[in-house]
Amino acid sequence: MRVTQGTFSFLPDLTDRQISDQIEYCLRQGWAVGVEFTDDIHPRNTYWEMWGLPMFDLRDAAGVMAEVRACRETHPDVYVRLTAFDSTRGWETVRLSFLVQRPAEEPGFRLERTEAEGRSIRYGLSAYAIDRPVGERYKSKQANAAQGDSP
Amino acid sequence: MVFPEMEDIMGQMGNFTKIQDAKQRYKSGVIPYATMGYWEPDYQVKDTDILAMFRVTPQPGVDPIEAAAAVAGESSTATWTVVWTDRLTACEIYRAKAYRVDPVPNTGPGTATEAQYFAYIAYDIDLFEPGSIANLTASIIGNVFGFKAVKALRLEDMHIPIAYLKTFQGPATGIVVERERLDKFGRPLLGATTKPKLGLSGRNYGRVVYEALKGGLDFVKDDENINSQPFMHWRDRYLYCMEAVNRAQAATGEVKGHYLNVTAGTMEEMYERAEFAKQLGSVIIMIDLVIGYTAIQSMAKWARKNDMILHLHRAGNSTYSRQKSHGMNFRVICKWMRMAGVDHIHAGTVVGKLEGDPLMVKGFYDTLRSTDTKVNLQNGLFFPQEWASLNKVMPVASGGIHAGQMHQLLDYLGEDVVLQFGGGTIGHPMGIQAGATANRVALEAMVLARNEGRDIRNEGPEILRDAAKWCQPLRAALDTWGEITFNYTSTDTSDFTPTAVAV
Repeated sequence: MRVTQGTFSFLPDLTDRQISDQIEYCLRQGWAVGVEFTDDIHPRNTYWEMWGLPMFDLRDAAGVMAEVRACRETHPDVYVRLTAFDSTRGWETVRLSFLVQRPAEEPGFRLERTEAEGRSIRYGLSAYAIDRPVGERYKSKQANAAQGDSP
Repeated sequence: MVFPEMEDIMGQMGNFTKIQDAKQRYKSGVIPYATMGYWEPDYQVKDTDILAMFRVTPQPGVDPIEAAAAVAGESSTATWTVVWTDRLTACEIYRAKAYRVDPVPNTGPGTATEAQYFAYIAYDIDLFEPGSIANLTASIIGNVFGFKAVKALRLEDMHIPIAYLKTFQGPATGIVVERERLDKFGRPLLGATTKPKLGLSGRNYGRVVYEALKGGLDFVKDDENINSQPFMHWRDRYLYCMEAVNRAQAATGEVKGHYLNVTAGTMEEMYERAEFAKQLGSVIIMIDLVIGYTAIQSMAKWARKNDMILHLHRAGNSTYSRQKSHGMNFRVICKWMRMAGVDHIHAGTVVGKLEGDPLMVKGFYDTLRSTDTKVNLQNGLFFPQEWASLNKVMPVASGGIHAGQMHQLLDYLGEDVVLQFGGGTIGHPMGIQAGATANRVALEAMVLARNEGRDIRNEGPEILRDAAKWCQPLRAALDTWGEITFNYTSTDTSDFTPTAVAV
């Protein structure tokens, strides 16, 4: 499956050039851009790990791209997103957030149903990958092949 | 009411003086409203006053000033004749004051429309109960619209002072928190109304919901008249819809929602439905405008208390908001609904099948979304409005829109809007999922291009065609609806040309 969180997930994965253009847009709006990553892709996992603080005083997209690349190199097999923060009164929130890396394989989510009173059902959603420990949840195809392990 | 003995003083506009001598003022009988104290051209508006602007079409022979004063009188303290009991009160304060009357451009002799006037009226804040839309409206639109001295009357705009705004909760959730909860930023949200709107069983209904959400929509919606009918009772609908929502969340990893309409015959039934929606884990419920202002405020309080987004379908509004001479402008409904506390409201598409002049729609959207609205006569905003940190309402654009208009929709409506493609999703030749995907791809491609600095208004069709090269559902959507437009003249249009001077 393909996780479609983030603003541009229905488009083909963005090229670095396209990512850079979006960063430029954020900086023109006066937003601070931060890099975040996670291997827990539950739709209500709000707090992804921060790859450093949002870059408040940066005015050059190349600086953000350098952090994106560094984060990808350190965490090649997890989800990485860019998040743009707007401090303007009346907003003071995220204004744009999109994926800039996803694992090679996305095994998807298990939907648990528990029968409750009447015909009600309590639903529980969990990513199949979450059953493994942090740091081992998503592995690249090569790594899996090398270990003879299927995801 | 027009009395023959008053006709001699109704000749010329503006020829009225407030009677200062108390004995003469309170002599039993009938005197013009304009001399009773309801016309005060020198009145200094107070920061705490509530202001209203009416479009007045006086009856033949009625002076516009007297008509304006009559509106002020009948919407505040007056009755048709002098009453001595006024003198037991601080009546000078409680009287609403008409303080300005302007002829409406392009009306009157030499035009196709009979003479109309914009009447500005100030109301003291103590005329109104804090936190009650019902009380506010009982005065402002209560009796006065049937008043004989005016042939037609339309409430065009209001200014609500901060002091009064702060007595209202405002939107239960607001745009900012809605986006944070849904984890969706930087693009319009996408929705669709299940069709056919009546007749599906709960099980078949949920199928439409699942397909549309899995295909890429964020929300699906009950229609305004889906409540609890013989073909589908409400509990059945809720259960199947939540199965669809949860399945779609698992299929996409995104937060999804279905607006479960809780509209019912009594508040008790609405609360029961809302509680069940909450129990099932829905992020959003919906109500119809026809349930009434008090019921809307009650549901807004419930929604705030229960972490629920509250969608309002403006069912019924066109009965009084569409015609230009009589009723009320939709921008006033927008103001009241932001005060009453809804999170979503249908506010026009510009390009779709329903009424919506671009300038007017811009005014509605600004009223719902901005923190501080400036006077803009072209857009129908006659007063500035500081919103005193009341949350923003997400406008919803719904009715006859399709993927081929995505550049226009984003250009006219901006990104803080729910775009609802009902027929444009469910009527897709390749099925509902494909219809949803076409809309989502068109939307994301357009936002990406806009952010890249491209001129989407002109390059929009090309951007869509490029995306359609790799997205077959979008190609099919453009082939089916690409040329469909709804070009009818709007009835609710701006009175001011772009060269009008702001007050």
